[in-house]
Amino acid sequence: MSMPDPVAVFRIEAAELLEQIETGLLDLTHRLNDKDQIDAVFRGLHTLKGSGAMFGFDALAAFTHHCETAFDRVRKGEKPATSELVAAVLAAQDHMRALIENPTDDHGEIGERLLAQLRLAVEGDAPAPVAASAAPVETAAVADDLHTFRIRFSLPLNSMVNGTNPLGLLDELRDLGECHVVADTSAIPSLDVLVPTELYVSWDVTLTTDQPRSAIDDVFIFVLDDMTLNVETIAAEAPVVKAVAAPAVVAVPEPVVQPVPAPVAAAAPRPQPVPEPAGEKQQAKAAENVRVPAERLDELMDRVGELVIAQSRLRQLASTSMDIQLRSVSEEIERLSGELRDTMMVLRMVPVGSLFGRFRRLVHDLARETGKIIELETEGETTEVDKTVIERLADPLVHLVRNSIDHGLETPEERRAAGKEEAGKVLLSARQAGGEVIITIKDDGRGINRERVRAKAESSGLMQPGQQISDQDLLQMIFQPGFSTAAQVTNLSGRGVGMDVVKKTVEALRGAIDITSKPGQGSEVALRIPLTLAIIDGLLVRVGEGRYVIPLSAVEECLELSLEEDLRSRGRSFISLRDSLVPFLRLRDLFRTGTKPDTHQKVVVISTGTERVGMVVDQIIGDHQTVIKSMSKLHHDVATFSGATILGDGSVALILDVAHLVAAGQQQEAHLRAAG
Amino acid sequence: MSDRLQTNIRQLADMHWNDNGELEVLTFDLHGETFAIEAIMVQEILDLLPETAVPGAMAFVGSVINFRGKVIPLADIRLAFGMEAGASTIDSRIVVIEIELQGELTLVGIRTDKVNEVTTLSRDMSEPPPSVGMKWRPDYINCLVKRGGQFIILPNLEAIFSFRKEA
Repeated sequence: MSMPDPVAVFRIEAAELLEQIETGLLDLTHRLNDKDQIDAVFRGLHTLKGSGAMFGFDALAAFTHHCETAFDRVRKGEKPATSELVAAVLAAQDHMRALIENPTDDHGEIGERLLAQLRLAVEGDAPAPVAASAAPVETAAVADDLHTFRIRFSLPLNSMVNGTNPLGLLDELRDLGECHVVADTSAIPSLDVLVPTELYVSWDVTLTTDQPRSAIDDVFIFVLDDMTLNVETIAAEAPVVKAVAAPAVVAVPEPVVQPVPAPVAAAAPRPQPVPEPAGEKQQAKAAENVRVPAERLDELMDRVGELVIAQSRLRQLASTSMDIQLRSVSEEIERLSGELRDTMMVLRMVPVGSLFGRFRRLVHDLARETGKIIELETEGETTEVDKTVIERLADPLVHLVRNSIDHGLETPEERRAAGKEEAGKVLLSARQAGGEVIITIKDDGRGINRERVRAKAESSGLMQPGQQISDQDLLQMIFQPGFSTAAQVTNLSGRGVGMDVVKKTVEALRGAIDITSKPGQGSEVALRIPLTLAIIDGLLVRVGEGRYVIPLSAVEECLELSLEEDLRSRGRSFISLRDSLVPFLRLRDLFRTGTKPDTHQKVVVISTGTERVGMVVDQIIGDHQTVIKSMSKLHHDVATFSGATILGDGSVALILDVAHLVAAGQQQEAHLRAAG
Repeated sequence: MSDRLQTNIRQLADMHWNDNGELEVLTFDLHGETFAIEAIMVQEILDLLPETAVPGAMAFVGSVINFRGKVIPLADIRLAFGMEAGASTIDSRIVVIEIELQGELTLVGIRTDKVNEVTTLSRDMSEPPPSVGMKWRPDYINCLVKRGGQFIILPNLEAIFSFRKEA
């Protein structure tokens, strides 16, 4: 197993950090003074800068540094958090994303512009030149707040074993300002008892700095738990009396109070050690979660699949044996492998919340673009769905949310006129019901205008003028390809994903869409998606010598093909099923099995929605829990099958693609009709 | 001439000849001819397994097998070379290889009449496929290597597997 590319790992981490930062920023837009969120954003920026620099993303680190500085000042209460600042950092955050994607491209100009915005937002007045705007403020602060601290600290004896380097700590203190360091060597034992890996020295430091006391704590943050640290404030003006502990070494301390020039350099914002809460929280998280590439999960899934198949062979052997011990072991293994398979399924599930999170930014942007006031609410974020489903649902959901906001929600004026609150609500919710997950997008806008949908459908030939149609079917019209409400298209709804693609994606996931809409009160679109794609219930049938699986959800009924109907249908492949004609396909002909048909052939009637087609098979074997395996690229041109599965005896059975077969059946029907 | 040389060099560069101009391969027989596949591609050699025919698939990848819980295509490259598909014998084996198809690593089983040995071929003895006088498609062959009075065929599997019906 090769080591993962560290840069790739950084990119994944950075993407997560940016997401966290974004979430924090968006929360801040609602509660500007939320201290926790300000800290969270600062920590995110800080970590991003640090790891960016570590992996050679220097442009990113330099750019992020400025945002971090801005937030640091807010965090320390030097500047208020303003919505301008949040907006500026949100914009800057997109730039960071670009810097991560293409670190080599020249982003200088955009970066400069964003930084100018940021500066404007922080200073809150006319932008002064960079250096000038930063310097005076800092200098002023320095002049006012020059402190002198006396810091005495000693580390535990074994701290060097753990990788702590006291010299590094001292260097960090020196970075804060003027330092005078005295080492207390009195604790060093005589040579015969001295252990070279232990630390006997403690230090006494006099530090003059413009930084607050907390900056000193930050230096020691990683070792604070075990060490003894004693910090005293000494009046800046008072001459410093030197430590008593090491009289022999101490030179007379130079006067600490110095005029402004020297500390200005130190006042420039410096990378600080990770603030306390971040460190602790992230470590706690790391212990709970393990990041695993999805393909390894798939591999594991394959292994478990093999195990289940091997186990079923073992069960067959055991059932013919008289050995009771063998039987009990076989049963034990059956139970274990079943549990293992269930556990494996759960591993693939991820909470829907990761999907919903993306919409907060979308809604934020849409609100700005449309001038509408929108409140996004989410419910049931913890509902778990197969990872593949989540990925494939992302685009359709974006489209549905855009659609709700663009077409559904009214402008504040219209809402006021209609007696509603100015802010429109969009609710994204997810819940589990049986073997399905139901994801709904609900708005309290104007609802779907049925007259317009009907007019549109009639004019584009999707239905006959005046045709009777159920309400649900009428609403479903908006998912028809070519049903473009061109009159209403704005730059929001023009992203190339039409509503018909939404429908297709959901159907490809073997799901369905329900729409409800009340005029003036809003609409609700519910996507019903099966929990997992990896396993389906199938009907196992035999055609010639081959065995095939038909997804059970598509099967309407099974019946026998009577001899006379078989003979009669030689010319026209229809059977009459309760007074309606259903076209059928002889799978034996389709698959060219070259075998003689069984005497009692069966017809399996399958359907997609309203269209039905029968399939003649030789034998119906029974239902079968089907673990779906995809076919390789070499068989992608074979449209009849959507995948394959492995049967209990280890052989492979192909899974029929219902949509394709129904289309083929309908085509045959049309062909026969045309022929008369 | 130099153009052809260029082409040959490019083709050969696709294979993993080492610095000494040697290549480790697995040789096997098909229809009386000896073929060789780069040993580095080979995953496993299996006894014949139950096959499941895929109706409607191209003839030379007409079935799938269960390889350790994965469903992989079984290729009969005899059919790609216009040879007859002979009956299986006691020596018949499936060689499972991993190959990149359309940017995706794919496992493919290859039916063989007999698997011979893992051996080292020398680049000095290799020749490009002759452009005339050969009954096989020249683009299906990377090169021919002379060895002990006979030729070993190094098939261009990428070209064979990227064959499409409409081509």
